[in-house]
Amino acid sequence: MRHAMSIEPTPTGSLAADQPMAATAPYLEITGLWKSYADFVALRDISLSIDKGEFICFLGPSGCGKTTLLRAIAGLDLQSHGKIEQAGRNISTLPASRRDYGIVFQSYALFPNLTIEQNIAFGLENAGRSKTEIAARVAELLDTVGLAAQSKKYPAQLSGGQQQRIALARAIAISPGLLLLDEPLSALDAKVRVHLRHEIKALQRKLGVTTIMVTHDQEEALAMADRIVVMNHGVIEQVGSPTEIYRHPATLFVADFIGETNQFPARVLADGEIGIGHSAFRCATEDFSAGQAATAVVRPVDIIPHGADAHAVNAVDRPATLQNLIDAEVREMEFLGMFWRTRLTAPRLGDRTLVADFSVNAVRRLSIQTGGVIQVEIPRERLLLFPRSA
Amino acid sequence: MNMVLEAPHLPLIGKRLRQEASRDDRIKLGFMAVIGFYLIIALGAPLFVMLSKSFSTYRFDLAAFEFQVSDETGANWGPVVSAEALNRELGAVADGELSTNSDGRLAATKFFPEFSFRSPVHYRIRGTTNEAAFLAGSTLEKGTEWRDYDSSEFRRVVLRPERSLGVANFVTYFSTPALAQSIRNSVLMAAISTVFTVAIAFALAFGLTRSCMPLKGLFRGILTIPILVPSLLPGIALVYLFGTQGVFKDWLLGYSIYGPIGIVIGSIFFTLPHAFLIILTALSVADARHYEAAASLKASKWRTFKTVTVPGARFGLVSAAFVVFTLVITDFGLPKVIGGQYGMLAVDIYKQVIGQQNFEMGAVVSVILLVPAILAFAVDRRMQKRQVALLSARAVPYAPKPNARTDALCFSFACLVSLFILGMIAMCQIAAVVKFWPYDLSLTTKNFAFDLMDGGGWAAYGNSIRLAMLTALFGSIIVFAGAYMVEKADGFRVGRGIFHFLAMMPMAVPGMVLGLAYIFFFNNPANPLNAIYGTMTILVVSTVTHFYTVAHLTALTALKQMDPEFESVAASLKQPFHRLFFRVTVPVCLPAILNIAIYLFVNAMTTVSAVVFLYSTDTKLASVAVLNMDDAGDIAPAAAMGIMIFYTNVAAKLIHALIARGLLKRTQAWR
Repeated sequence: MRHAMSIEPTPTGSLAADQPMAATAPYLEITGLWKSYADFVALRDISLSIDKGEFICFLGPSGCGKTTLLRAIAGLDLQSHGKIEQAGRNISTLPASRRDYGIVFQSYALFPNLTIEQNIAFGLENAGRSKTEIAARVAELLDTVGLAAQSKKYPAQLSGGQQQRIALARAIAISPGLLLLDEPLSALDAKVRVHLRHEIKALQRKLGVTTIMVTHDQEEALAMADRIVVMNHGVIEQVGSPTEIYRHPATLFVADFIGETNQFPARVLADGEIGIGHSAFRCATEDFSAGQAATAVVRPVDIIPHGADAHAVNAVDRPATLQNLIDAEVREMEFLGMFWRTRLTAPRLGDRTLVADFSVNAVRRLSIQTGGVIQVEIPRERLLLFPRSA
Repeated sequence: MNMVLEAPHLPLIGKRLRQEASRDDRIKLGFMAVIGFYLIIALGAPLFVMLSKSFSTYRFDLAAFEFQVSDETGANWGPVVSAEALNRELGAVADGELSTNSDGRLAATKFFPEFSFRSPVHYRIRGTTNEAAFLAGSTLEKGTEWRDYDSSEFRRVVLRPERSLGVANFVTYFSTPALAQSIRNSVLMAAISTVFTVAIAFALAFGLTRSCMPLKGLFRGILTIPILVPSLLPGIALVYLFGTQGVFKDWLLGYSIYGPIGIVIGSIFFTLPHAFLIILTALSVADARHYEAAASLKASKWRTFKTVTVPGARFGLVSAAFVVFTLVITDFGLPKVIGGQYGMLAVDIYKQVIGQQNFEMGAVVSVILLVPAILAFAVDRRMQKRQVALLSARAVPYAPKPNARTDALCFSFACLVSLFILGMIAMCQIAAVVKFWPYDLSLTTKNFAFDLMDGGGWAAYGNSIRLAMLTALFGSIIVFAGAYMVEKADGFRVGRGIFHFLAMMPMAVPGMVLGLAYIFFFNNPANPLNAIYGTMTILVVSTVTHFYTVAHLTALTALKQMDPEFESVAASLKQPFHRLFFRVTVPVCLPAILNIAIYLFVNAMTTVSAVVFLYSTDTKLASVAVLNMDDAGDIAPAAAMGIMIFYTNVAAKLIHALIARGLLKRTQAWR
């Protein structure tokens, strides 16, 4: 952000500031959280620890329970069972007004009849601050979000991105210990969204405020989060850093939800070897035993093209040179700007379609074109294996 | 995937968590309890009492009383004899006379033909059951103890009837041909008026939305005029136009205006604005794309009308039909003035209660009147819900194209209807200022000398304005606060549901029924709220309650348009809810609040039905004065008072518009 960053990281909630905590104690600790409605369980046995200053994303498809979890943390929709501790304080059943957080909603929820200034000052008034103190703080916050010139305007006169920044300024005005963002960017244009994502991240880092953001946009989560909590059907599928989640998805759901996948039914043949279709591939098989059914997953971007190799030999004849190399016919090519999305069919995969993303360079260099036959490699370390239920 | 289908297995230990109540929650709960309590006192309890009255019958149970008479010394008592035995011997009271009402009294001396209050003879009386009650003077006595009275006391002993529950009142009602006939009459009048009103309203709304006729704004204004006058006024106008001395009497070809004809024409007049506004709204949401599609498919005009216009407004049409039906069947003022001998349910209640003091029968008619009203209300609510679902966010507003023939047709029709409305008002205005219509047309102000006539005089007019202002003020506050609790308080789901139900109920309760229910409930000395009976307070309470529903829905609509997360944001910023309420909610909803206030004001000025049972000599009202002056034959002054109400409402509307504009400029700068 090019705006002056004059806001100092402020002490978090009053209680948190008084209590010296062990360096290892998490800032927010959720244990055994359930949320059930008459005929539907929205959250099932959620446990999660979040460290101070972390930027966490709750990621998942709609209806996965991520917003429910956020609202439980905020005290807006009480969980049915389970405990939430913030800065060592049990806040499980506290009303929202007695918890310590600032929140930004997808709709921003800016008060339409108050000016930008008045909106930001809303939470500062009524707390024993003098008028000049409040004015100074508002000016400081407006400066931080770069909207000092708009202070007298009404929300309806601002663009979506500007409104979003005001909502953020209003939320951090009271220096909360926890910042909750409920899909804050999803109502914005793609360009503004990318821009704001950097600003929010920079601001968060500057303030050092522990932040939880709910999103269904995996790209947003990968770009912003220190750790991502992937959720589905009310349970946490995986918690990890963006690279962990992407490279080592814990479940097939995570693999499929983050990034794109080719999925093939497979069977473990031996240690380090699986069968897809009629052929064998090398693959890490630590948690599997021979004969077990599995789903093999490879991402389109991980497939390496080797061009049309005149010497390519059918690997079935030469199992010794098992290099995960296969011949494939290019069926369709779709130009997506940064890369070519190609659809391949390979006899060795049982004529299943294999989607691969090739860089523009590679396509030019190897002169890959529709109808041609090329050799592609499915790198051993990029071939992921997940249990398959019968 | 199979997780969803799996039965939720919750942790077995521990109860569901409950949130600690914040101060806000407790305050909100308190508010809701207060307003909920208000609705129960002002609506639920009176209706319940009325319902129980309609099933109560009162009869003197002669077997329940026993007498003993002394000789002249007053010391030696004769044999014990029951009242029943005495009556069998004497035939003093016929069997039919034993049925009575809750106020029934039977003098004990009736059973002693030789009774003289100067004789030294003493009398004893006791009940044979613990329930048997009699009055000695004004003291209520009960039970099986003997009580002695000398003759001068005994002449003031009266027996009280015993109350029993049953449908006897309803049996009596249905076996009285004149009363039962009223049901058929009322349904018939309501049905005929509904057909006419909806047809006319649809044609008008069609003209305003689908043609390019000129002066649309003016017509819209004229068509809402009838809302500003009491429903009595069209009756009075019709008397002048077509009555015995009416100028256009011949137009009726010998038929009398007093009766069905007058009721239908008057009903069309006062229900037209309601039907018109509903249908106008329904037609306004038309999607231009449907018309474009019809045109591209080369559909004829008539076919487009049948397949696009009418189906698009069908929920509005049904809704309007039910509203008109309910208004006509529950209206009291119009048939009172123009109905003649034609019996209508609402007038029957009035006659039973005011004319014959037969409260139980009044309650029976009320219960019968509740049936169609509740039915119509239930169907209407269902329709309204579906109408909303028709609206699509992506609809393209329809813009009519000029068509000389259609436009001319629509324009002429609108002119005709406007002439009808303005004519009725003008008739009253003329009648109010001339000496003796139609024979002496010189101008006079004597008809405005209300103080010389029965009805309450100018004081009644002042009372009406006070009532209207108090209703507008307290009504807006109660209604808006109540709607806020229903919409914005989280938790207390059951309480909010009950509250909302209570708030919707007044729509289904005719004014006459509400008024009668108030008599039963508040005019009971045992009720601690008895003190408000006969005061301005009860008039305000009844009027606010009578018109609660529409105001509640207006407030609810405005509140629903606000971001539901405002409350969450305020809580996260540790701001109390009342700060948000006064700084954001009220200013943003101010236009709606002002609309509620003017709605309550106008209706308080014109209403007759509920208040006609509740006014006292100190709190006579202008609208009731119109009724009473008309009743007394002072028709011209009645018209004059009606016109005063009309002008007051017009002035109120103008002031409302001015205030709204001024206030909105200051508080709605953000729009």
